[in-house]
Amino acid sequence: MNSIAELPPRSFAVKPKLDGHGEPMGELLEISMGPHHPSTHGVFRMDVVLDGEEVVKLKPVFGYLHRNHEKIGEAVSYLSTMPYTDRLDYFCSMTNNWAYALTIERLAGLAVPERAEYIRVIMAELTRLQNHTCLIGFFVQDMGALGTPMMYAFREREKILDLFESASGARMMCNYMRFGGVRVDVDDAWLAQAKQVTNDYGKFLDEFEAFLTQNEILLARTQHVGVLPRALAINASITGPMLRAAGVNYDLRKVDKYGIYSRFDFKVPVGEHGDIYDRYMVRVLEMRESIKILQAALRDIPAGPFMDPKAKLRGFRPKPGEVYGRIEGPKGELGFYVISDGSPNPYRYRVRPPSFINLTILEDMCLGHKISDAVVILGSVDIVLGEVDR
Amino acid sequence: METLEQIKARLEKILPLTRLDLLPNECPAGEHSLLVDAASGFAVAQFLRDDPQLLLDYCSNVTGIDWPQATIKTKVKKQVLVEGVAKEIEETIETLRSGHLEVVYHLYSMALKQGPVVLRLRTENRTDNTRLPSLTPLWRGAELQEREIYDLYGVIFEGHPDLRRILMWDDFVGFPMRRNYVAPDDFEYEPTPHDEVLQAAKKHYPAEVKP
Repeated sequence: MNSIAELPPRSFAVKPKLDGHGEPMGELLEISMGPHHPSTHGVFRMDVVLDGEEVVKLKPVFGYLHRNHEKIGEAVSYLSTMPYTDRLDYFCSMTNNWAYALTIERLAGLAVPERAEYIRVIMAELTRLQNHTCLIGFFVQDMGALGTPMMYAFREREKILDLFESASGARMMCNYMRFGGVRVDVDDAWLAQAKQVTNDYGKFLDEFEAFLTQNEILLARTQHVGVLPRALAINASITGPMLRAAGVNYDLRKVDKYGIYSRFDFKVPVGEHGDIYDRYMVRVLEMRESIKILQAALRDIPAGPFMDPKAKLRGFRPKPGEVYGRIEGPKGELGFYVISDGSPNPYRYRVRPPSFINLTILEDMCLGHKISDAVVILGSVDIVLGEVDR
Repeated sequence: METLEQIKARLEKILPLTRLDLLPNECPAGEHSLLVDAASGFAVAQFLRDDPQLLLDYCSNVTGIDWPQATIKTKVKKQVLVEGVAKEIEETIETLRSGHLEVVYHLYSMALKQGPVVLRLRTENRTDNTRLPSLTPLWRGAELQEREIYDLYGVIFEGHPDLRRILMWDDFVGFPMRRNYVAPDDFEYEPTPHDEVLQAAKKHYPAEVKP
C-alpha cells in the first residue's frame, strides 16, 4: 500500500553548548512530558530538551485521541455529523454546531429565521463566557494556584451548562443547531434565567479579576513570558485571543459579520505585547464584551419560527459544489470545508481546528524559558485535545 | 477585492510560463478556485502573498483531497432536428479522470481584511509521484496542516522543514484518508499465541513482518 518513496531520515539531535575550548558545558536532559501529565490538558506530549532548566528544544507530539473524524464525516450523512462535531472541542459544542450549520447553509443556500439567529448568538456568547472562564481557571492552576480559581470558574460554568441542558437536553454534547435554524425553541423562563446569569456574570468577573489581575505572582509569571511577535502570529495563522493579544485586530465577528453580529455594538480587545498576560487580559475583556452582546440579544430577541420551514433535514442532498465556512470560536477561527458531489454524504469534510494550528508556534514561544513556564505557555494557548487530534 | 479572473490575468502577465485554470464552483457562496501546476505553485503563492493589492498574508486552511481514477458522467443538453422539428435531447458524456491528490489552500488577508482566494495544487498521480512544493516557507501556518496531509494522504511536500507523521504513529503503514484505504480488523494486535486475534492480525501484515 505504501508505494511512495521514503523520505530521507532527518536528524533532530541538539548539541550541548560548548565552552571556549570546544568542550561541552554539562549535559542536556531530554524529558518526555506527557501524555499523562496533569497540565497538558489531555493526552498531549511535549518532547522537551533542557539545558539546566532552560528549554532548548520542544516538539509537540499528539495523535493519542485521533479517531479520523474527517473520514467518519465522509462516511455518514450531513446531519449525522452534527452531533459528532460536539466531540471536537467538547468545551464549546454550541460554536462547533454553529460553524458546521453555517457551512452547510452556505453550501445549500439556506436562510435562517430571525429568532434562530438570536438564539445562536446567545448560545455562542454563553459558550465563549464559559470557555474563557475555565481557561483562566486552568492556566492559573498550571501556575500553582491549585483548585480554588478553577473551582470558582467551574461554579460559574455550571450555571451556563444548566442553561444549555435545559435548552438542548445535554450539558456538553448539545447537538443543538440544525441547517436552517435550531433544533428546539427556548421559552420565556429560559430567557429570564439566561438574563439572570448574564447580569450576574459581570459581578463574578469583578470578583475573579480582583483576585487575579493585579496579583503579584500572576504578573511575575506571565508578563514578558511566551511573547508572540505580531508578524509571526499572522504568518503562523494564529487566530482567536492569541492573535489579538499579539496586537492584530482580526475578529471574524467584525470581519465576516456572519449571523447577525453587525447589529451588536461591541469592541474587539487587542493586546500590545503578545505575552501571556495580554492573552489573559484579552480574554477577560472579551468576556465583558460578550456580556454586552448577550444583554442586547436577550433584550431584542423577536418571536417567530426557529427553523426555516423549507429546510429538509432527512435525505438532505445539496447540489455539487464546495464551500469553506468559518466562525470566530472561543479558541480561534473554526472552519469547515465541505465538498458535495450531490450524494447524501459529503465527498470531503474537513475541519480547520483552531487549537491544532495555534500549536505551530509552541516551540518558538517556549525557547529560552524555564520548563515551568512552558507549562503556563501551553495553558495560555488554550487547546482541547479532542479538536487537536480529531 | 479583485475577482479571480483579474488575478489570473495579472498572474499570466507576470509569470507567463504558469499553467493556470479557473475552476468554477456551483455553490451559491461562489468560492471559485485557481488551479496552478505544481512547478510554479510556489511562485504563484509568493505573488499572492506579497502583491500589495492582495496581501494574502494569512493561510487559513490547507486541505488534502483524494480523487481516484473514475469515469465522470456529465449530462449535456443538445438541440437536435428530428424530422424537421428542433428537439432538446440530454446526452451523457463520459470522461476519464486520472487519479490524483489535490491540496487546497484558503488564503485570506488580515491586513486588508479580504478573501478568500482558493488555491489548488494537484499531484501527477496517486502512486509514485505525489510531490508538491511546500508553502510552509511562505506561511508557517501551513506547517502542521501539510504534515497532516502527508500523514493521511501521502502528499510529499518538498521544502517542508519537518515532514513527519503527525496524527498516526511513526511506523504506521498506509494513508487512512484515501478513498480506497481498508482498515485492518484490529490496529493493535496482541502478541499472545493461540489467539484468534493474532491469526486475524497476521493476515494484514506482509510475510516478511513476523509478529
